[in-house]
Amino acid sequence: MINYFKVLRPGINSTFQDLGRFGLQHLGIAASGCMDKSLFVITNKLVENKISEGALEFAYQGPLLELVGETILATVSGKVNYNIINKKGEIKQGISNESFIVSNGDKIDILSTINSVYGYFSISGGFKLKETQGSVSTLVRAKIGPNNGDKLKIDEKIFFNKPNIDLKTKKFEFDFDNENTIRVMQGLQFDYFSKKSQEDFFSKEYQVTRLTDRMGMRLEGQKLENKTNKNISSEGITKGSIQIPGDGQPIILLSDHPTIGGYPKIANVITADYDKLVQKTPGSKLKFKLVDLGVAESAFTDYIKKINFF
Amino acid sequence: MLKKISNIGDCGITCDFGDEVNKKTNREVIKLFNFVQESVKMQKIKGILNYTPSYNKLIINFDLGEINSEKIIDFIKYSDYSKVILPEKKKIVEIPICYEDEFALDIKRLEEKTKLSFKEIINEHLNTDFFVYMIGFVPGQPFLGDLNKNLYHDRLDTPRVKIKQGSVGIVEKFCTIYTFESPGGWNIIGRTPLNLFNINKKDTSMLSPGDTVKFTSITKKELLSFKND
Repeated sequence: MINYFKVLRPGINSTFQDLGRFGLQHLGIAASGCMDKSLFVITNKLVENKISEGALEFAYQGPLLELVGETILATVSGKVNYNIINKKGEIKQGISNESFIVSNGDKIDILSTINSVYGYFSISGGFKLKETQGSVSTLVRAKIGPNNGDKLKIDEKIFFNKPNIDLKTKKFEFDFDNENTIRVMQGLQFDYFSKKSQEDFFSKEYQVTRLTDRMGMRLEGQKLENKTNKNISSEGITKGSIQIPGDGQPIILLSDHPTIGGYPKIANVITADYDKLVQKTPGSKLKFKLVDLGVAESAFTDYIKKINFF
Repeated sequence: MLKKISNIGDCGITCDFGDEVNKKTNREVIKLFNFVQESVKMQKIKGILNYTPSYNKLIINFDLGEINSEKIIDFIKYSDYSKVILPEKKKIVEIPICYEDEFALDIKRLEEKTKLSFKEIINEHLNTDFFVYMIGFVPGQPFLGDLNKNLYHDRLDTPRVKIKQGSVGIVEKFCTIYTFESPGGWNIIGRTPLNLFNINKKDTSMLSPGDTVKFTSITKKELLSFKND
C-alpha cells in the first residue's frame, strides 16, 4: 500500500529539515537544518523516531494535509494552534507536544504558531525523503534537499515509510522560554565599535523586524557606530553571528546563512540561547547580555540536559 | 604564518593569518584547511562540523557536545600542519567564457577606467592563471585572483538586482563566477555555460580552494550549444 499525505495547503514556509548538512561550508553550502533543535528533537522523541529523523518544519502558518493510507502515529510540536478533521468532517482541536493517531482520510490543519515562529510535524517511522550529501535538510536558496530543494507546494504528495504498528501516544510538558535576554560572546570585530556603541549594544533593546527568515534576523534599535572599518576582508560565517552593516543595525545570521561575509561582527549568540532566539516573532524586543566562554559552555551542558530529559 | 586563534561564540574558532590578502597568506590558510579536512577524514579528531577558509582566515565550527574550543585549539597548536605540501598548481581547471557584447555588461565602464581596449582587457583576462582563494557566499561561487593591476576597478555604485547564472565579474584584483542567479555589484565581462556546482555529484563543486583556473574564449554559438555532463 502506498502511504502519503496530500498537501491541500502548503503553509508559508514549510520545509523538510534534519540536524543539518555538514562538512561542505568550504564549498559555499551552509549547514542549514532545523531552526529550533530542542523542539526538533522533542518532535522525534514523541513518535519514537531516532532524533536525527527528518521532520517537516513550518513557520507561522503550517500546512493542511490529508492522509491517504495506513493508520499512523503523528505529532505537532511547538506552541501550535491546529485541528484534526476526520472523514465525517468532525473537527477536534489538536494538542501540541502530544502524539496522536491519524487514520485514512483524516486531515491535519496546522493553522498557526502561537507567540512563536517555528513548529514541527512528524510521524512515527519518518517520511520518505531522499538524502542529499548525507542530509534531508532543505536549503531553498540553493535548491538543495528533498522536494527538489523547495518549500512544500500545493497538491504535492509526501510519502512515508511503512508505519510502526506499535502505536502508543506520548505527551510532553513543554513551553518556550519567554525570557527576552539573549546571551552572547564578544565578536571578532567587537573593537571596531565605539565605546558608546559597545555599551548601547548591551543596554538598549533591539526589536526583531519583519525582515527575518531562516537566513537571518534583522533588528532595529540604537544605531551602532563603527569607528574602524565598515567592511572587512570576507571571512567564514558562523551561525548566530551578529553582524553590523553600514547602516548600524544588527543582523543575526541564522541557519541558512551565507557561508562567507564581509561585515564586522560585534557578537555571537551562544548555542544554548539560539533556539530561544529563533522563536522570537517580529516586534519582540531583545536584550543582549555579555558572557564568557565558561558561562556559554556550562549553559550548553544545561541545555543538553534539558533536551535529554524528554 | 598563523598569528592568532580566537573563539567565535562557543562552537567556533578562527585561525588568523594576518591582515594581508595575497596568495602567500592564502596558501598558508589552505595548508591548514587541507590538514584539518584530512584529519577529519582520517578520524584523527572528532566533532568538527565545518571548516571554511577565506583570504586570510580559517574558521572551524564544531559540535560542542563532542569537543570544545580548548581541545580544538590545542589540536591546531600542536600539529605540524606547516609540513603539508601544497603543489604549486593543485589542479588546473579550464573554464570557457564568452565575451560577446550581450554578456559583457560592464565593458564600456572598464574601457573608460582602464584606458584599455576591449580586446586588451580580454587578453589580460585570458592570460591570467587564476588562483582559487576561496569558495562561498552561495554554493560553488569561486573568488579568484590576481588580476593584473591595470584591470583593477571598483564595485558598481548600485549593485544589480539580478545577475544571470554563469556571469563572470571582476572587482579590484579579484574575479568571480556567479553560480546562481543573484544580486551583485561586480563588473560583468562575460559568461560561462559551465555549471561549476552540482549538488548531486560526488564533487559538488568543480573548484576547491587552492586550485588554478584558466579561461578559454568561446563564441556565443559555442556557449549556446555547450552541454554540461
